[in-house]
Amino acid sequence: MRNLWIYISKHNAVILFFIFFASSFILLINNNSFQRASTWNSSNEWVASQYQKVQNLKDYLRLRAINDSLASENGRLLNLIPQRDSSETNGLTKVLDTVSHQQYSYYTAKVVNNSVRQKNNYITIDKGSLQGIKKGMGVLGPNGVVGIVLNVSPKFATIQSLLHSETRISASLASNQAFGSLVWGAGNFNSSYAILQDIPNHIKTKVGEKVITSGYSLFPAGIPIGTVSETGMKGGDNFLNIKVKLATNFATLSYVHVVNNASGKEQETIELSNKTE
Amino acid sequence: MERIPLHIARFIGLVFIQLFLLKNIGFYNLSTPYIYILFILLLPFKIPNFFLYALAFGCGITIDVFHDTLGLHALACTVLALGRILFLNLTISNDSLETEPEPSLSSMGARWFLLYGLLMAFLHHLTLFIFELFSLSNFGGTLLRTILSAFFTLFLMLVISLVFYRKKAR
Repeated sequence: MRNLWIYISKHNAVILFFIFFASSFILLINNNSFQRASTWNSSNEWVASQYQKVQNLKDYLRLRAINDSLASENGRLLNLIPQRDSSETNGLTKVLDTVSHQQYSYYTAKVVNNSVRQKNNYITIDKGSLQGIKKGMGVLGPNGVVGIVLNVSPKFATIQSLLHSETRISASLASNQAFGSLVWGAGNFNSSYAILQDIPNHIKTKVGEKVITSGYSLFPAGIPIGTVSETGMKGGDNFLNIKVKLATNFATLSYVHVVNNASGKEQETIELSNKTE
Repeated sequence: MERIPLHIARFIGLVFIQLFLLKNIGFYNLSTPYIYILFILLLPFKIPNFFLYALAFGCGITIDVFHDTLGLHALACTVLALGRILFLNLTISNDSLETEPEPSLSSMGARWFLLYGLLMAFLHHLTLFIFELFSLSNFGGTLLRTILSAFFTLFLMLVISLVFYRKKAR
């Protein structure tokens, strides 16, 4: 104790300095709005930046959930596009009550398995019959057509990809509505290109022209498929074979939208009755 | 002891000059004299540290009350008191404390007093301006203000000291 007192009296100048300095500093901070504001501001800024760092990390960890929500949001927004309205695609009277006449609706699904390098490629998605996926539905990717639903289990579905030798999709040229079938795999196994067959010889096409769905099949009309990359390929007698660069990058496909064509069943039955007659 | 009324009179006089005259004097806001620190500088050699700090603190608070900057001048005066203790310890030997009552111009000589006044004014003003701005940004501007103000203060200190100059009774 004595030593402590000796120590304090020896260094009393410094100790007293700290006491008086601290008390005047407290007075300064507490009684002057400017100094108080800048004190609190600087500390708040620091605190906020720490919060932001943690939040950035959290956001990164939540990317999967955010992706899922964005994908389903996309599906919902696709339902709002006027093109789903049957009255517009068949030229009948426009119905103001669009909800009850919605022809196309979309299910969003995640790709869980995918191949692009086989002769016949399939895609597996994480939605099945429980979610309303049915065999024969069209499947769209973020950039365009992907394929057709082939098999359905309760929780999964397989898609016959566009990159499949059996897949034929009705497609047309954007400029003149001439339509043909889009096929893949006839001597060409590049996942970026497909062939548009059965375009009549007199149709003039340009490189770079858009190829879209025709609306005669599972897909709504006007969905992009790709662009013309080569025009002069002679196919059979009076038809052109057009090489099309596909809009969808199948190798990086992660989310797809399954198209539910509400009047598809009806169309199928009535078309079938033509054949039986 | 018999010099206490002198110190009180000096305190009142300097604070009065500071508050009612010098508060309105400035040189393009660059050079503002704070002559009241002369009171702290001229406190007796033998004053205990605690009283030195308490008087410096009280003097600063008095100025603060009139300037609406509670704590700012008190803080600068506390720093000044520490500077005074260190400076006197370094430059004054114990035996000279016996003969002289206080570190004034007339007792310590011009060279010592000029250095003392300039350093103390610089220390006080630097602390004052830094804590007034409450940031170290534009430190060059603060330093310029400090130097110009310190010289202004020193000049006024010399004027006052010369007015009350007393020949050494040798």
